[in-house]
Formats: sequence, structure tokens, C-alpha cells
Amino acid sequence: MQISFTLNGRPTTVDVEPATLVAELLREQLNLTGTHIGCDTSQCGACVVHLDGLPVKSCTLLAPALDGATLLTIEGLQGAPGSNLMHPMQEAFREHHGLQCGFCTPGMLMTAVALAAEKPDLTEADVRHGLEGNICRCTGYQNIVVSVMAGAAAMNAAKGE
Amino acid sequence: MGNVIGIGAAPKRKEDQRFLTGRGNYVSDIKRPGMAAGVFVRSPHGHAVLRGIDKSAALAAPGVIAVLTGEDVKADGLGSLPCGWGISDAKGVPMKEPPFPMLAQGKVRFVGDMVAFVVAETPEQANVGAELLKIDYEVLPSVVGLLEAVRPNAPQLFDDVPNNICCDWELGDKAAVETAFRKAAHVAKLSLVNNRLIGNPMEPRAAIAEYEPGTDRFTLWTTSQFPHVVRFLMGALVLNIPQHKLRVVAPDVGGGFGVKQFHYGEEAVITWAAKRVRRPVKWVASRSEGYVSDRHGRDHVTEAELALDETGKFLAFRVNTLANMGGYLSTFGPNIPTNLYGPLLGGVYTTPAIYCNVKVVFTNTVPVDAYRGAGRPEATFVLERIVDVAASEMGIDRVEIRRRNMIPKEAYPYQTPVLVQYDSGDPMGCLDGALVAADVKNFGIRKAASASKGKFRGLGYSTYVEACGLAPSRFAGRLGARGGLYESATVRVHPTGQVTVMIGTHNHGQGHETTFAQIVSEKLGVAFENVDIVFGDTDRVQFGMGTYGSRSLVVGGAALSKATDKVIAKGKKIASHLLEAAEVDIQFEAGKFSVAGTDRSKTFEEIAGAAYVPHNYPLEVLEPGLEEQAYYDPVNFTYPGGCHIAEVEVDPETGTVTLVNYTAVDDVGTVINPMIVEGQLHGGIVQGVGQALFENAVYDEGSGQLLSGSLMDYCMPRADHLPMMKVETHSTLCTHTPMGVKGCGEVGTIGSPAAVINAVVDALSHLGVTHVDMPATPNRIWRLLQNASLPVAAE
Repeated sequence: MQISFTLNGRPTTVDVEPATLVAELLREQLNLTGTHIGCDTSQCGACVVHLDGLPVKSCTLLAPALDGATLLTIEGLQGAPGSNLMHPMQEAFREHHGLQCGFCTPGMLMTAVALAAEKPDLTEADVRHGLEGNICRCTGYQNIVVSVMAGAAAMNAAKGE
Repeated sequence: MGNVIGIGAAPKRKEDQRFLTGRGNYVSDIKRPGMAAGVFVRSPHGHAVLRGIDKSAALAAPGVIAVLTGEDVKADGLGSLPCGWGISDAKGVPMKEPPFPMLAQGKVRFVGDMVAFVVAETPEQANVGAELLKIDYEVLPSVVGLLEAVRPNAPQLFDDVPNNICCDWELGDKAAVETAFRKAAHVAKLSLVNNRLIGNPMEPRAAIAEYEPGTDRFTLWTTSQFPHVVRFLMGALVLNIPQHKLRVVAPDVGGGFGVKQFHYGEEAVITWAAKRVRRPVKWVASRSEGYVSDRHGRDHVTEAELALDETGKFLAFRVNTLANMGGYLSTFGPNIPTNLYGPLLGGVYTTPAIYCNVKVVFTNTVPVDAYRGAGRPEATFVLERIVDVAASEMGIDRVEIRRRNMIPKEAYPYQTPVLVQYDSGDPMGCLDGALVAADVKNFGIRKAASASKGKFRGLGYSTYVEACGLAPSRFAGRLGARGGLYESATVRVHPTGQVTVMIGTHNHGQGHETTFAQIVSEKLGVAFENVDIVFGDTDRVQFGMGTYGSRSLVVGGAALSKATDKVIAKGKKIASHLLEAAEVDIQFEAGKFSVAGTDRSKTFEEIAGAAYVPHNYPLEVLEPGLEEQAYYDPVNFTYPGGCHIAEVEVDPETGTVTLVNYTAVDDVGTVINPMIVEGQLHGGIVQGVGQALFENAVYDEGSGQLLSGSLMDYCMPRADHLPMMKVETHSTLCTHTPMGVKGCGEVGTIGSPAAVINAVVDALSHLGVTHVDMPATPNRIWRLLQNASLPVAAE
């Protein structure tokens, strides 16, 4: 079937088998391999993308659900449009060593951005609870938590400007 | 023009840009023209005779290109998967080493054992083909537990391995230990289980293989921590592919932790299949598939006894362990519970006599091999647990009993009774630092506060030492290693002065692209941004043993340091010619070659330019170009150590253990990048906390089914399980590595399980609890509390 949606700001139309998962569509058909698949039980969160502004696990979503929707993947995450800068959350992860092997990172970032957008004054407990659906095996989460709080603060500051 | 960023600085990581923007290049991201898809068909039985496989329906299915089985492997005369270590028993009798076929032949020995490989146009078609295979199994009883496997009449995995015992290994002076036990004022005893773990790097394993008929060359892309070792083991010992016809690439790899440091059958099968079908073939494991095929870790059953004199001095330590190998010997399998376990049983203490017996046992489970720490967390757990038991039984404070037995700083180098000689360390310094950092003196206040909420608070200590920087080849060879364990680095200086390093270690989260660039930047005075590190490709990197055993900086960094020294030495010769001065008068400092006592100098870039444009150059005595290579084989292991303190709160209503504080003071030698070291410590600690509180691989006895076969059944640590940890370093310098480094990848995982469990036992000690097996899940603790409460209730 044919579906049309906005992908990282661009109108996109694809022919897709209805049983295709969004994660597979992105990786196999659209060559957007930044969205990762780390499990088969919707536990790890490596595949999180934003569907109409909300974080979803793209390994549990069928492609037809995208029709008419707006999808943001890690490849579309960026700072001020046209600036060539990274998103404040990406910068925060770099600044605070919030990643090691990088495999969980795209999902962590997408979850973190949504978390920060949802609640401006995140506490450490909010962040830890909010990341419950994203597993990282490398960092022990400490620097991820620090990164998310710093990234959220930077997002708030940018909003205030 | 950028800056020199050298040793001790904390620049942001070079590798982060691609990972943060979704531009990493993992194996599963790679596509090759004409690529077909492969799936492995795995045994659903723990133990069965494989009577036959009917391929016909599968081969007739749409899109199916080939179906390969153990019979095809046999017909092609291929080898079985080699074990890299050969250990022997006390009499010198070699371990039993039954063949590990890449696809099962005759029998299957664990759930997940590979039976067939189906290649099709798409993964979906390959899965349909796999469903259509008719496999005739005669199911046999499985044995999965260690105590069960060595019992008389237990199911036997191999006809020629009586009682399933691969090797009855020992270390230490048994007679001296027995004498010491006879003189002891007190003997502490402890039986414990070191729980079986599944490494779970977030990237599942994957491989792509391609054969080029025009050049008769193979390329294998694989999620490996050591591509050169895969090339050697697979090419030379399994598939008979000459080394120069085989390229192995391990690009970005999403975590390893040991799981990806073995040569897996999947790699051999897919490479062999690519030539048979004349198509690139790709396989990506699902997480569920990883659970039954990634090598597992730990899995010991241990009886330990510690002999003490009346003052609490340790006189002797005796340890008897059963160690699970699973269904076959994996690459390092038998080495882990023996050579990486027994020699660490001395810990940071002066125990004069130690004896260790390890029975290495086959069972119908996934092969067991190295997982972060590998042998050393198990040794630390036994020792640090029994020290607490002894302290409690003798009424000596837990810190005090450790102090009384610690190796003093001035006693280094210290020869242990179990082979290894520690070059440096300061365990007392680490302990003192940790006591302050953990605010132990105010623990009583915190405990009272918990009690007022109806909760039990406990504090747990663990000291540790580990042998890392694997490894001195000669020493390892005596212990049974079948390969060398050096590392190599090439420093290629370009005509414009930028540098590319080719190194044999593999970066999969450790930040090597940054740390190694700092070493080059410091040593050559080249801007940090002008150094790139290349790894993970046997066509680009000369050779190497890869990354495991906290060896990358210790062994690889040393090779890199040596290679930069060679660059400087050659640069001095070129400068001597250009500056018309004697070579001995040339100094190299801050990126400049100068004549001592003069203002005449040449920059590093000028020397590099002259080396590649040798118009004015001593061609009679010196080759053009500026590229140097070094191999480094360490003279000893390195011995990082430290002290960890865990603080937990137990909710008696639910049995839930909450880790509330965690402090680590570690001696990792020279720190190149403190930000990266801290990250390694955090991650390592949490993997140990995972073992202590959450993780457990559970098999069903009899059927051999893995009950904890997904992320929904096997509890991984998550962000909301953890507090902010406090990690500090208290470094003494390694005396034999070029930069004084000791390694830091595994220390967290080694120190933390014992610290956490000691804290849990402390929290429950008022109820008479003396030991808790890992993981300390709510269920386990709640049951303990119910039993412990009975006498109280009866009062």
C-alpha cells in the first residue's frame, strides 16, 4: 500500500507492505539506520522516534499508522533550523559523556527530548523514571541522567530567548 | 590550527558526532548489492540425538536459495570451532576437548545449538524456509545444574567425558593449606552460588559475508571485539581460507562486554555460505536469539573456607568450585574459571597459603565464557563475602579485619602464593579514601532514619584486585594460551603532519578514538584534531588481539607509545640532517625538533614534509617516509584495585532492596582521560549491581529450556534502579607499562557484587541472616525475611 507522511520535515510517499514495522521501513526501505533495533519485546527503547511530537517505539508500530502523520527520527533532530547545529540535547550528551557505544543513544535522545518538552522542570527522579523504557548497558545511566537534565535546561533557555 | 590535548585532559569524544546524529556504522546498517538473508535454525531441545533433517520442503519454498546443515559441513571437510586455551589437571592431563561443530552433527547439546542455516531472498522467506525444515530429534534428558551434572547417573553430554567433567583443575599448595587449617583459631565456611549472567550488549550480534570470485577473496563484517583473531581462528582452523584471502571488518560495535570476543559458529557458517551461494549473505540476531546463543557468563557453585588466627589474621584460604562450561568449549571458556579466578583469590590480603580446586563441567546450556570481569568478579565475591562472614563470627569489625590483613603499600612488589606478583598498589589508601567519600562515620544516623521508616539499612565493603592488561604471552602460554597476547600499533604521519593510527584493539564504547589521540597529541605535539584512530578492519590494521580484559590502553596504548617513540627517533635523524647538527644534539619537545643550545629548529610538519619530499635528505642511510609500527608484549599483568562501599535499604514489607549510595575509590594507574575513566567505572559498577540485585539466567532442569529468555524475564538495570554513584581514583603507577596505566574497563564489575551483597547481609544481620545469594531479588529477600521472622513471631 502507499502511505504519505512528513519525515524529518519532508513530505514522503512510500510503497510498503502493510505488515512492515516503522523501524524496518526506516532502516531497510528509507536507509535511515540511525533508528536501532535492540530487542524484540519493545523493552530496550533503541528505536524511539517521534510520531506527531510524541515518543513511540517504532518497533511496535506498523507502517500504515504513519499515513498523514509527522515523523521525526534521530537523523532529523537538529538545533535551530538551518543552523547546522546539533540539538541542545545532543550537545548535552556530548558535553556530559552521556554515551559510550552509541547504540542506545538515538532512542535515548528522542526519549529525552520528548521528556524535556513535556515537563520544563525535570528532577533527577523524573528523568530516571522517564528513561525507564530505554536500556543502556554501557553508562550505568549516571551521565545520561546528567545529560538529560543539562539538555532540558538548555532547551528551556533556548525557548526563553 | 588546533591544540595539543594530552594525557590527563578530558576532551569531548571524537566518536560522539556520528553516534549522536544517527550516523554510526553498525553491521546491521550495512547493505551489499545482491544481498541475501540468512537465518539460523536452532535446537528447541536441551539435549537430543539429531536423527535427520529433511530439507526438501524448505528448498521448495519461494525465495529459498540454500539450506545448509552439519552434514554439508562434514562433506566440505571443515573444522570445528577452536578453543583458544588448553588447561590441564594437577597431573598434567589435558582437559577433555570434544569438537564444537559450527552446525550440529549427531547431537544437539543446548537450546540454541545451531542445526541449519537457511538462505533466502528476504529474511521473511528465510524464516518460512526454516519453519518448513523437518528435523527428526530423539529427545534426551538435559542436565543444566552443576551439582546435578556431576552426580552419578547424570545425563552425559559426551561419550568420552565421564561425569561431564572437562577438567579437574587446581592451583596452590594444598599441603600448606591443610597444615594452616589445623593450626587455625577459627575457620569460616561459606557455600555460595555465583549466578549465571547474560551480557546483553544493546546491539545484537550480526554478520554479513561476501565472496568475490574474481579475486577468491572473502569479506566478513561481524560484531566482534577482535577481528584479527576471528580471521585467524576462522580462516586457519575452521574454513581453511588463507589469511591473505580473508578480510574481517568489525565496524562500529554496539557494546561487547566479552559477549563479542569469541569466534562464533555463525561467523564461520555465513562466510562459508556466501561462497556456496555466490551472494553476500546477511544475518542479524534477534534479542531472543541472542539469549540462547550469546555466550553466557559466571555460573559457579563454590564451597570456601578461611582459616584465621585468634587475632583475625588470615592463615589460609581453601576454595572448591564447580564451574559451568555449557554444552561446548567456547574460545576462552576453560580459562575463565581457572586462570582468571584462582590467581586472584589472594585479593589485597597477605594470606600466605591458598588452594583452589575447580571442576570445569559440561551441561546442556549455552557455552559459558568471559563476561566483563571474567573470573575476577567471581574470585572477589568469594573472598570478600567470606571475610565478612569471618569478621561477624569472630566479632571483629569488618573494616578492621580487612586492615589487619591488607598488603601494606611498601610491601609491593608483592608475590602472592597463587602465581601472580602485584607490581604496585595501595589498598589501605583506597579503603581510607572510600570510608571518607562514603561518609561512613554518619552511617548510623542514616540507618536510624531508615529504621524510623520501617526499613533496614546496610553498608557493605569490598576491596579487590584484578589482573588485567591481558596478557604477557609467555606467562599466558605456560597457563595454556594457544596464541600470543601482545598488541600492535602503526603511526602513519602524513606529508602534511597529520597522523593516522592503525591499532589492533577495538573500540566499542571505550572512547579509544579519543584516548589514543590524546596519547599521540601529547607525545608528538600534534593537534588533537589532527589525529585519527583506525581499528576494526584486517585490511587496514596490521594485526592485533582486540579488546577485552581491560587490555586496550595497557597493551595497545603501550604499543602506540612505542610507535610514537620510533617516529620521534626517525624525526631526529631527519632533523639532524636538515639542521646540520649531530643526532645526539637534537631535542624533540612540544612538536619541535631543535638543536640543543641554539634557536635552530624544525617543526614536526617540516620534518614530515621532508620525509615525503626527500630532496634534501640522507637517502643513503635513511628511508623516506614517516610511518612506524610497534608491537608490545607486556612483562606482567597490571593490577588495578580499590575499595567499593555500597549502601542499601531493604523494605521488609516487599523484600525490595534499593541501592541508595555507592562509592568507589579505584587505583587504575595513570588516567589519560578522566571523563572516560569515570564513565567506564559507572558502567562497570552498574553491571556488577545488576548481577547482585537483578540479573539471573535460569534454566529448567530436565528440559534444558532457558526460562529467562528475553528482556521481559531477565532483569537489566534501568535508570530508576540506581542512585548517583560517587567514583574517585586513588592511583599508584604501574611500574612496567610505559605510561603507568593499569586499565579500568572491568574494575567496577569486579568490586561491586560483593559490596552490594555485603550491604544486603548487613541490613539483615540483626535477623540472623549470614548470606544472601545473588541476585537479591524482592522474592528471595521476602522469603528470607519470612523464615527469619518465625522465631520472633513465636516469642
